[in-house]
This record gives sequence, C-alpha cells and structure tokens, in this order.
Amino acid sequence: MATTRFASIKVGDVLPERSFTPNNVQLMMYNAALWNAHRIHFDHPYATGVEGYPGLVIAGPLLGDWLNQCVVDWVGDDGVLAAIEYSNRKASYIDETLRSGGRVLALRPELGEVELEVSIRNEADEVIVPGIAIARFHQVNSS
Amino acid sequence: MSALLSSELLANIGRCSEPRQELVARREIRKYSIATSQRQRRFLDGDEAPPMFHVALFWDVVELDQLTTDGVSIDGLLPKFPLERAMAGGLKIEYHQPIMAGDLLTATRTLTDIYEKQGSQGPLIFYEVVMEVVNESGEPVLTEKTTRILR
Repeated sequence: MATTRFASIKVGDVLPERSFTPNNVQLMMYNAALWNAHRIHFDHPYATGVEGYPGLVIAGPLLGDWLNQCVVDWVGDDGVLAAIEYSNRKASYIDETLRSGGRVLALRPELGEVELEVSIRNEADEVIVPGIAIARFHQVNSS
Repeated sequence: MSALLSSELLANIGRCSEPRQELVARREIRKYSIATSQRQRRFLDGDEAPPMFHVALFWDVVELDQLTTDGVSIDGLLPKFPLERAMAGGLKIEYHQPIMAGDLLTATRTLTDIYEKQGSQGPLIFYEVVMEVVNESGEPVLTEKTTRILR
C-alpha cells in the first residue's frame, strides 16, 4: 500500500519552481568542494579570450544537482529520489537567473513510484538541462 | 565499419580503474551542501549527503603539475580519442541507499562503451563510463553512468 502522500499525486502535477542566480562566490565554492580547477569556471580572461565564452561557465554538475534538489525538496520526508537521468544541453554563465521545475509524467502504484520530467530553464525560457527522475514513496505497512 | 574508431581503440571497452576508497567527512558534506544551496537541514548539517555529493567525493584529486594548462586533470581511464573537443554530456544515476557522514565508500569506474554517430556537422564519438559505489559491507550505494560526446 502506498502512503496517503502518494495517493494525492496525479499525472500532470507541477513541482514547485525555484530560481537560482549563481555568482562567482558560489561557483568558486562549488568547484573548490570538488577540487575542480577548470579555468572556464574562475579565470574570466581565459574563459572569454581563449575559449570564446561570453562569461564564466556554470559547472554542468551544479545544474544537475539543482535538478536532483527539485525532486528531493518536493518528495520531502515521504520518500526518496531513486533515479535521475539528465543531459547538459546548453551552457549558462555567472549572474544568469535559472529556474528548476518539473511535472509528474506517470504513476506506478505497485512500486510507490512517480516518474517525473524535470528541467533547468534559462532566462530565455530555453530548457538547458532536461531530465527524467524516479521518486519512490515510502510504503505503508498494511498488515 | 567505423570510420574513426580503430579496433585498438575499441579494445579499451571494458577497461576498469583501480577501486578508490574515500571516507565521507561531515565537513565535506557541509561544504558541498552550502555550495549547492541545499535546503534540507540534514544535508546542511552534514548528517546525510545530498544526491550528487558522490561527484565531489570521487572527483580526481591530482597534484598541480598533473593539470593541463586549462586546469583539467587527465582521466587515466580514457584512451586518446581521434576527436577531442568535448560537447554536452549526460548522467544517469540510480540511488540505492543514502550516503551518511562516516561512511567508507569504494568507487570503481569502467569504460563500458565507445561508439560513433554522424552528427549534422560531422562525426561524433560517444563514450560511456559507469561508476559503481559500494559501502564497507559491499552493498551497492549508487550506480552512475556518464555519457560524453566528442566532436
């Protein structure tokens, strides 16, 4: 048996949106936490002059993390993020405002699972990181 | 027959990295959680690691002279590919159990596939690396498949 939370979820339900405006302090802390020294993330003259980017590039897995969070924050204590798949389609840069969000694609009541479409959009409303996730809700023991 | 991928190159499929063991420190969870703007208290306090923390935990720690001029470390698991410019990549992760502060985890990476596709502006090389993470009892913690595209 699924939880009452699971029973309340319908296909098409929308996950809360969240906006992020990563600055160079956050990007520095993120790459330091990884030990990632790729210059495109902190060396502005290199990123623009040598690599031809319009600014410092937001690290791809940081955007991926925000997709994970979109699901984790929606599920709360009622379940877990069981799986996620995403791709980084387009780069984004320091001081852009990005939005995470998602919606329910399908329900698998026998497993207590919800399939979700998730995405990160940029200011032009382009999906720059599309993804699919599976949230698994805790089962209530009916015995 | 593939135009770009020699049989010598394809022979690298199945290649495995040495297992890497890392201890999950509360301080590292906290730094990661703050840097990624986590909202759940258990992550910010460092009790439990948020999803994707394994990316930081198993990022290659290399010495300064091992970095290329653009600041990237060479992935020893990969052969030299005939195309070198990296395009967008993708990740597929299955989470089997949460990572907690104090866990001792082991990651093993395997180059599981190399293939070629024709893109609109020329040939593309795809490769896939699977990372299996297990805990001290050998139980699966997570499986991550990375797909990268070179042009």
